[in-house]
Order: sequence, then structure tokens, then C-alpha cells
Amino acid sequence: MKILTEHIDVPGIETIDVFCKHGGYQAMEKAIKKMTPDEVTDEVKKSGLRGRGGAGFPVGMKWSFLAKPEGVPRYLVCNADESEPGTFKDHYLMWKSPHTLIEGMIVASYALGANTSYIYVRGELMYVIHILEKAIQEAYDKGYLGKNILGSGYDLDLYVQPGGGAYICGEETALLESLEGKRGNPRIKPPFPAVKGVWQCPTVVNNVESIAATSWIVNHGGDAYAAIGVGRSTGTKLISASGHIRKPGVYEIPLGITVEDFIYSDEWCGGIRDGHKLKAVVAGGSSVPILSADMILNTASGEKRLMTYESLSDGGFATGTMLGSGGFIVMDETTCIVHNTLTFARFYHHESCGQCSPCREGTGWMDKVIYRIEHGKGRKEDIDLLVDVAKKIEGNTICPLGDAAAWPVAAAIRHFRDEFEWHIDHPELAIQPGAVYMRPGASWTQ
Amino acid sequence: MKVTIDNITLEVEQGTTIMQAARQIGPEITPPAMCYYEPLKASGGKCRGCLVKVTAGSEKDPRPMPKLVPACLTQVQDGMIVENTINEEVLETRRGIVEFLLLNHPLDCPVCDQAGECHLQDFSFEHGVSSTRTAEERNTFEPTDLGPNIQLHMNRCILCYRCVYTADQITDGRVHGVMNRGDHAEISTYIDKAIDNDFSGNLIDVCPVGALTDKTYRFKSRVWFSKPVEAHCACEKCSGQVTLWYKGEEVIRVTGRKNEWGEVKEFICNTCRFDRKKTAEWTIEGPAKVSRHSVISANKYGSNLIQPAFPISQAARDYKLINDDRDRSFLTDQVKLEAKK
Repeated sequence: MKILTEHIDVPGIETIDVFCKHGGYQAMEKAIKKMTPDEVTDEVKKSGLRGRGGAGFPVGMKWSFLAKPEGVPRYLVCNADESEPGTFKDHYLMWKSPHTLIEGMIVASYALGANTSYIYVRGELMYVIHILEKAIQEAYDKGYLGKNILGSGYDLDLYVQPGGGAYICGEETALLESLEGKRGNPRIKPPFPAVKGVWQCPTVVNNVESIAATSWIVNHGGDAYAAIGVGRSTGTKLISASGHIRKPGVYEIPLGITVEDFIYSDEWCGGIRDGHKLKAVVAGGSSVPILSADMILNTASGEKRLMTYESLSDGGFATGTMLGSGGFIVMDETTCIVHNTLTFARFYHHESCGQCSPCREGTGWMDKVIYRIEHGKGRKEDIDLLVDVAKKIEGNTICPLGDAAAWPVAAAIRHFRDEFEWHIDHPELAIQPGAVYMRPGASWTQ
Repeated sequence: MKVTIDNITLEVEQGTTIMQAARQIGPEITPPAMCYYEPLKASGGKCRGCLVKVTAGSEKDPRPMPKLVPACLTQVQDGMIVENTINEEVLETRRGIVEFLLLNHPLDCPVCDQAGECHLQDFSFEHGVSSTRTAEERNTFEPTDLGPNIQLHMNRCILCYRCVYTADQITDGRVHGVMNRGDHAEISTYIDKAIDNDFSGNLIDVCPVGALTDKTYRFKSRVWFSKPVEAHCACEKCSGQVTLWYKGEEVIRVTGRKNEWGEVKEFICNTCRFDRKKTAEWTIEGPAKVSRHSVISANKYGSNLIQPAFPISQAARDYKLINDDRDRSFLTDQVKLEAKK
């Protein structure tokens, strides 16, 4: 079942003519000509679509929270600042099929009553920005954007805004600050963007994938979308699979397939490379807790783990993780977890905005301590120190970056403490290039 | 509206923050404020020193708030119950915040002009622990001159953004701000442009630590050796209401008047601050009010007047062993036994 990537391999799908031939812009026409904005919102609510950026908040509910005071403009902002390590699905979608996003933007803007909308694209993706701008120009030429769209009296202007390349600008309020031309510091909430967003006006910020899915929902109805998936995880999800698998890439999966299926079946990842053995998985982008092989395949209660929001977070952080933004990083037995944790910690150290003290100082501290452990200068008390620092950052910061920095470190120690201890106890072995700790009985191959 | 903070209930107006309500009760239960500064709009929420636990959101919705909330920005609801000094989670978090703030702080108090009136000193004295857990090298910056009157020691800065808000709100044309990200973020002028504005000196007053220092006062004295005296003059730029700091007969420093929370009551101009340093230029009103617990009160008005704030017996009762958590596992049993004898 493919929704977003159905026609993605059609040659020339990035041009508006080919896109229209494959059913493009029908949803927009249907929404603007035959439906009221509230009806569109109701369909999205019915579909049970959840935000694909990471938090998984229901999109329809987010839209209905938008404040609608008289005489104040409302805005829709598309968060295309995809910078989570391990996630590259939005990049793929916008690059291959920009009109999918633009049609979704028109539908969503119409539902929200926004006459100006922005797509905030990560600064590193300059070529994608050119593709989007070209596609938007095509849509203007066709009369799908601009004044009086399809004679309905509805106006919409769509702008692409390149970011400056900061991870923090993927946080919605930092994104809005950056969009306004300021330093990308997250705002203190409340007020939430639904009340005071960009230019102090009510704003909805949605992920690329969430917005792109709305046009299919309008076309086929919310119930059809809700029929896909399991429980409260409805529809399909783009997963960016990377790491030691045979077939890395972006896959659109119906939510609800088992993790085992996803990793080992030939339809998706195709198994671990060269007969190596699965060691650990980061299931939703670098900020979610890492899980060991047995934990990711089965839940604590012994059931098969599914690719859904609920099943992946089953057991809380003790034995579970999160679906997050769908950055599925697979590691085999040749991976050093300490080194991997150092890579993540260094990333968050580099990307903390420096506004609030726990995150600013804590991320740097964790980075330096893990660096020492990795380079054979660890102390016995360092492991507990890391756990304590992570605990003191978590939940005490302005935005979720603090949590995102603390979780991977805490989880790596929770599940792979022996590996950290080995680094501290055997520094002479740990500093060898490519050195990896083997649990007793473990082997490199299957 | 009724709000209960640490089991003390009081009536406040709508729109009051938890911090303002706590200040009405008194300093004992007021959360520390490192970045919040009442005269400056939008300040606060950054240092996380004032995080408190809300155990009941309001009369209507008595659920507790899931996370700790910043007292300086959270408005009270009718029937809200707040725990500050009586909540172990809050105190534990605060110990963590002190640790974070001191992580890259040089701890050069013995040579810092701010020592004695430093909010970070007070904060860490009250809420910090006496041992350190870090073995990491500190991030360092070179001191830089911001214009003719101010010197910046970025090492000491805790990035409270107060000086940025001050420049935004009381001067026109802010030329300094925060550059870079994370723990390598720094206060800087736009490509080292000097800050020359008639009110730029107030940046020094709002700085909670010794990061922004007065170049006309640097290394002249320690705070507790100088006498604060309130004075005024007829100034066409500002109110002229200042505090003069005397060392002997000499005015060594002029600052704005501060309230009991260390916040400037009225911002003063650079002429008053940097250029009027003769007694003849001022009309003296009298000694400035200083809390007698403050280190500033010490050594000033004759030893017979100032008594220690608490009796020796109480000090002995409150005495705590310095927490020494060094690893002793390498000591053999033999050595341990000998140590006991």
C-alpha cells in the first residue's frame, strides 16, 4: 500500500503535467470546489493521521486548536528542516515529487484559512529548494496558487524559505524565529504557535509528510486512510532505513508490519549485510532510545514488536523506544555502541542553541565524558555521572532538544552498560582502531 | 486569586507570576533568579534556576503539572499550589543547575570585581554542592573590550541574555548579541563594533556575574571594602538617582540603585556612571540600605555594630562535613585498619 510514493518513480513526476496525469491536484480541486474548510479538517480528524515529524500528535486535533480571531491572518508553515541524524524521508519526497507537497500545502492551507504559507527547508538542501521553487512557479502558472484559485475566491501565496543549517531550527518555535529572520532560539511556551506563531499570528507547523498525506485523505476519505494501520497508528509512514542492512533507503510502509519483517524481508531492508548479526537498532532517528536486538524484535511481554507508535513505545523507556521521525538505523555486531553514542552526543553538543543552561552545559559535558571513555581515559564513576547528567537535563529545558540529547545516552548505558565498563576496564584494548566489545558467547556472524 | 507557595497562602492579582507572588512573601521561599529581571520585558526562562513544582494547577483543574515549571514565567492560577523549598525534586534539580552553570565558569572569584555582589555566588552558596564531579577542561575565551567603558569576560558569562534585553529595550540600536551556539555561544558585538550609547553602562548593572565589568572600576577595590551611599544630581539625560561607592574619601564607582532582588530601580546614563566621580557633583542623601546579611555590610561601620548573623552554636550545629567522595577502593584492608587506629 503506497500513498505518498505511489508514482514517485514515474519519469518526469516533478513536472506539473506528468503529476496531473497521475491524479495530481485532484484533491486540491475537490477540496476547494466541493468542500468547506471544516469538512477538510473533519476528514483529516477522521483519518487519525498523526504528525510525522516525531512527536506523533494528531494532525486534525492540532488544526482544530488553531485560534481564529477576526481580522488576524493565519499561517501554515511546513517544517522541512529535516536534520535528525538517520532521517532523510522528506528530502527524498521533496526531491522526487515536489508537487505532492505543494498540493498538500494548498489543501491544508485551505482547511486552515491561511492565505500565506511557508515551506521552511533545511539550508543544506539547496538543490531541493530550487526544485520546489520551480514546481511552485508551475503551480502559479496553472492558477493553482495565487489570487482566486480555480475561481473559488480563495487566495494563497506559497513561499520557500531556506534555513541556515541549524538542527535546532527544526523545533517549531525556533523555526518560526528563524523564519522571521531572527536567531533560531526556541520560544518559551506557552503561548503555543496555534495562538501566537509566526509574526505573532496563529500558526500551524506541520511536517512535510503529514501535509503531503492530507491530499490523499481528501481524495479517498478519512475512513479509507484510517483503515490502513493498527489501532491509533493509521496510514502509511515513510521510513528512512540506514546502517548495516542490505538495502538501505526510504520505504513507505503501512503502519503495523512487524519490525522483524521490516528488517529481514526482501521487500524492505533485506536483512543484515553479509550474514552479520543484528546487534542494535535506533528506531526513530538519533534522539530516540537505542534498543538491543531482542528488545526491538519482541516486546517485554513476548509479543512481536510492530512498526507502530504504540508498539515501539511499549514498555516505556525501560524496554521500549519511539517511532519518532522514522530514522531506522540498524547496527550489526561490528558496531561499537560507545562510539555510536559519542557520535550522537557530539552532534547534540554541536547543535544545542545555548539558550538554557542544562542543555547548553549538559550536552557539552556528556560529549566530553564519552569522548574520554571512548579514548581510554574513562573513570569508574563516569558511567553513573552520565546517567545523572542525562537525568538532570531531561525535562528541565525550554525545548525538547535537551530530552533528545539525554535519551540516547541514557538508553545506551541502560542497555549496553557492559560495553561502557569494558572501555573503562580495558583502555588499552578499547583504543585499538575498530575495537568492539563482544559479550560472552556473542559472535561476529550469524 | 489565591496561591499557595510552600504552604503559605496569599492573595494576588491576575497575571502575577509565581516568582512575583513568592517575592511578596519573602526571600526565604523565593526561587533564585539568574536570568529573570523584572524591569526587562521577556527576560527569564533561560537559566532554569527557578524551576518549581506545581502540585495543583488550579482550583478548577487540580492536576499537578507533569514537568517542573519556571517560576519567573508561569502565571498563577486561582488555587494553584506550588512547592519550592519543600520539594526534594526541585532542590535536586537546582543542585544540577548550579553544577551546569559552574561547569565552564572559571571560579576566579578572588580576582573578580563582581565577587560579593554576584548572583552566581549566592546561588551556588545556597544550592550547590561542595564537591565537583567534572574532570573536563573548561571552555575559555579571551577578554574583549566592548567600547571605551566596558570590558567583557566571556568566561564568566552564564548567557542570561539580560544585557541583550537591556540594549534592546532602553537603548536604541543594539549592536551586541549572542553569537554561535551551545556552550561555545558568546556575547559579542557585531564584528567588534564598540558599544557607544548613552545608556550602555547599564549592561554592567544587569549582569548577574562578572562578565561585563566597568573599566573605570576594574581592580580598584573589593565590594566589601567600599561604602554605598545614595546620592542624586540634576542630570538632563536620566533621573540622576544613583549609588556612590566610596573607598575612604574617594568615589570609586557609580551604579544605579538596586532593590532587594538586585534589580536596578532606574537606569542611569553613562555620564553619571563614568564621568561624575567627585563628591561635589552630587547631593548626598545618606547611606544606602544594604541587607545586614550581605557581605557588603561587613567591615564598614565599625566592628562593634555588625554582629555575625547567627550565633556560633548554631553554626556548629549546621556544620556539615565536606562531601568527599573520592575513590578509596584501592586502599587495602591493612591500610584501612591502620587509619582507624
